[in-house]
Amino acid sequence: MPVEIPVEKWPGRVLEATIGATAAEGGTRSRVVKVGGENTLPFMLTDGEMPNPPRIAMEVLDRYPEDWSPLLLEAWGDAARDPAQWAKAAEDAGADLVLLQLSLTRDGGKPTTAADARAITRAVLQATGLPIMVFGPGQVDADNELLVAVAEEAAGERIVLGICEEKNYRTIVAAALASGHLVNGRTAMDVNLAKQLNILIADMGMPLDRIIMDPTTAGLGYGIEYGYSVMERLRLAALQGDKMTQLPMLVTPGFEAWRQKESKVGEGVPASWGDWRERAILWETLTATNLLLAGANVLVLRHPETVRRVRAFIERMMAK
Amino acid sequence: MALTGLQIYKLLPQTNCKECGYPTCLAFAMKLAAKQAELSACPYVSEEAKAQLDAAAAPPIRLVTVQGPGHKVSVGNETVIFRHEKTFYNPPGLFVRVKDTTPITDIQKAVQEAMGYSVVYVGMILHLDGVAVEAASGNPDTFAAAVKAAREATDRPLILIASDPAVMKAGLAAADDTRPLLYAATAENWQEMAALAKGAGVPLAVRADSLDGLAELTEKVGGAGVQDIVLDPGVRDPAGTLVTLTHLRRLALKKNFRPLGFPVITFPGEGAADAIEEAQLAAEHIAKYAGFIVLDRFSPAMAYALLAWRVNIYTNPQEPIKVQPGIYEINNPKPDSPVMITTNFSITYFSVANEVDGSGLPGWLLVADAEGMSVLTAWAAGKFDAEKIAKTVKTTGIEERIAHRKLIIPGAVAVLMGEVEEELPGWQILVGPREAVDLPGYLKLWSVN
Ligand code: B12
Ligand code: SF4
Repeated sequence: MPVEIPVEKWPGRVLEATIGATAAEGGTRSRVVKVGGENTLPFMLTDGEMPNPPRIAMEVLDRYPEDWSPLLLEAWGDAARDPAQWAKAAEDAGADLVLLQLSLTRDGGKPTTAADARAITRAVLQATGLPIMVFGPGQVDADNELLVAVAEEAAGERIVLGICEEKNYRTIVAAALASGHLVNGRTAMDVNLAKQLNILIADMGMPLDRIIMDPTTAGLGYGIEYGYSVMERLRLAALQGDKMTQLPMLVTPGFEAWRQKESKVGEGVPASWGDWRERAILWETLTATNLLLAGANVLVLRHPETVRRVRAFIERMMAK
Repeated sequence: MALTGLQIYKLLPQTNCKECGYPTCLAFAMKLAAKQAELSACPYVSEEAKAQLDAAAAPPIRLVTVQGPGHKVSVGNETVIFRHEKTFYNPPGLFVRVKDTTPITDIQKAVQEAMGYSVVYVGMILHLDGVAVEAASGNPDTFAAAVKAAREATDRPLILIASDPAVMKAGLAAADDTRPLLYAATAENWQEMAALAKGAGVPLAVRADSLDGLAELTEKVGGAGVQDIVLDPGVRDPAGTLVTLTHLRRLALKKNFRPLGFPVITFPGEGAADAIEEAQLAAEHIAKYAGFIVLDRFSPAMAYALLAWRVNIYTNPQEPIKVQPGIYEINNPKPDSPVMITTNFSITYFSVANEVDGSGLPGWLLVADAEGMSVLTAWAAGKFDAEKIAKTVKTTGIEERIAHRKLIIPGAVAVLMGEVEEELPGWQILVGPREAVDLPGYLKLWSVN
């Protein structure tokens, strides 16, 4: 019995954003990373095309992350004590992008200065050939001061600056515009809030193909279903032709999964949770895998083993 | 898929005799389409039209049930492609496979381990659903012995995997009076398999490597009298599975294509090199349209992650899972034990309650009615503000049960401290830690003075 395959052609397409610049383009990266560009639901390659696979970014902090799970600290070893070395290690671990996360204070409690931020960014850019993203501490004043300096320091590199939120995006967007960078905007799991922020950023003159949106996610077992469905709705809107949702999506499964007790700790948990290491890797891997199915274009991860797992899955999903 | 009023109208006598109580056949058809009238109200509708209308009213994906002596699993009956469109209803059954070439005692041990597994997640006791026994031996007696062993080791439903009808027959006999799923009818063996399924009144899976072949088989098997059918489109890699299962879901829901309107069975282990990869594939199948998932590997960590994911995806997006607002007593609190307040979002409540419980320290946990939202979400939405906190304290009657006036609020809403103090004269408001994990340490230092 011949069955007619129900193909779905969509009028819309996600914009393609290019992160990083090689020498030929005025930067120093060894390659650029393109994200987005699909005109189909995730991995539905019988309906349309996904010119770029989802990409993996690894989080690198500017100070030793004492509060991280011992499993993460063990995986990174001494590299985690120096952002440049850490960035190099992330590249070796198979990341496509490095996400440098700046902190409010240096070890010892002194506030991070613009000069610190410049020096750290410079060091990371020298240590890795990967395109980078730099996120501020998430506090308005500090973000503005540090990210303006970072934008200047990395002029020409086409980095992603973040995090733009509704309460603070102007200075970050202006800095990114001035130095040819991209921005990342975050909203609280809501289709309309995401659109609204994209509009605000675009109204400042930022071309849409230089905006990445983070609709916020949550860890497996801790509200991931809300984020998953918001991402599905954003992607459907994009494919249906809603311009202000046609931006690549970045989410942070590494941060969300490793916050949870399931990943973080090995003691004082029910026996039914099983082996700690296996559970922790599974928690981050499944959080990330599930978000890929919802349309993630950039996944920010923390453990090298997860990167290997998620990359292998992406490769299998993209195989023709 | 439901018919429109016009489609129904075409099946009615179109005489406008009014006996149904409506002025015209069209008006009656519209009411039928809106499910506000019963077809039986029209005395003149033909048998043929009745059959067509009944068929159209049937769910686009058939509900299929397997049953053991103590548990049953029903899958199918889904109505949407994306969970936000309404909700997903029947979570896929998670089965663990054993092979009859394994020594009987090992089969029993494996079954007991996997079926005995349970984990508590946000107050729910989660477990796997059943066992798939495979006739790897090809021998009827060996298979029957393995099925019997599994059947005795668990009261959960079984899936019987055999390609030789004679072997299947032996296994089916050993499954006693349960309702297993038979896997699978193929182009070669479908007649005998269908006869077995029909005879025993049990569901039958069909396997073909193309949708064309699959539809052909379901028609044949259906013609032979088997109504409860499960599909295996033969794909094993994650990309092909996503695409094929999406096509099947679309065909059933958007095209109302009856020959493929059945739940799907998947085998993630056959497309994976190890346990974590198998879990990734199984997670995909949970999100994207499997009805039965047969796992080749079992570990507590893997089971927990998959079970939690299954609850997440099958939670009704319109209604967060909530707990009852009120006073929760943890570890026999006394009048001088600490009082904490949180919201009634179940994930929030259980992350706090579990920490206090695990600490062994007594405490009173007040749960505010925050419409099932997390602390910060409720705070941002105005459902967990100083007024709500004060109201919860006053209406729960906690004041009569304690000898102090100290309230611990979540660290995430530290900004509320001053306002809560104003709302609750005589109370001292303490800001607790931000994350529940840090509560045991905090409570150790708590003292009534
Ligand atoms: C899932 C989610 C939603 C879901 C709701 C889920 C639900 N049922 O609550 C949805 C999508 C509906 C949603 C909506 C909104 N959300 Co929301 N949401 C989240 C998200 C991603 C996770 C929240 C969660 O479930 N956390 C897990 C639970 C367990 O955490 P918790 O309740 O805080 O409990 C922990 C601690 O507080 C502590 N704790 C709890 N109780 C107690 C008690 C004591 C005594 C102590 C000591 C500790 C303690 O223990 C727990 C574990 O550590 C967060 C961001 C994030 N990743 O955290 C945003 C977030 C909470 N949302 C936010 C906002 C703004 C909103 C909206 C107002 C925006 C909008 N979309 O319109 C709406 C409001 C809802 C409405 N108007 O109906 C903001 C809040 C900003 C702020 N700081 O004020 C957040 C932080 C996102 C952000 N970064 O902007 N949201
Ligand atoms: S009773 Fe039947 S035939 Fe008569 S008006 Fe109603 S629908 Fe039409």
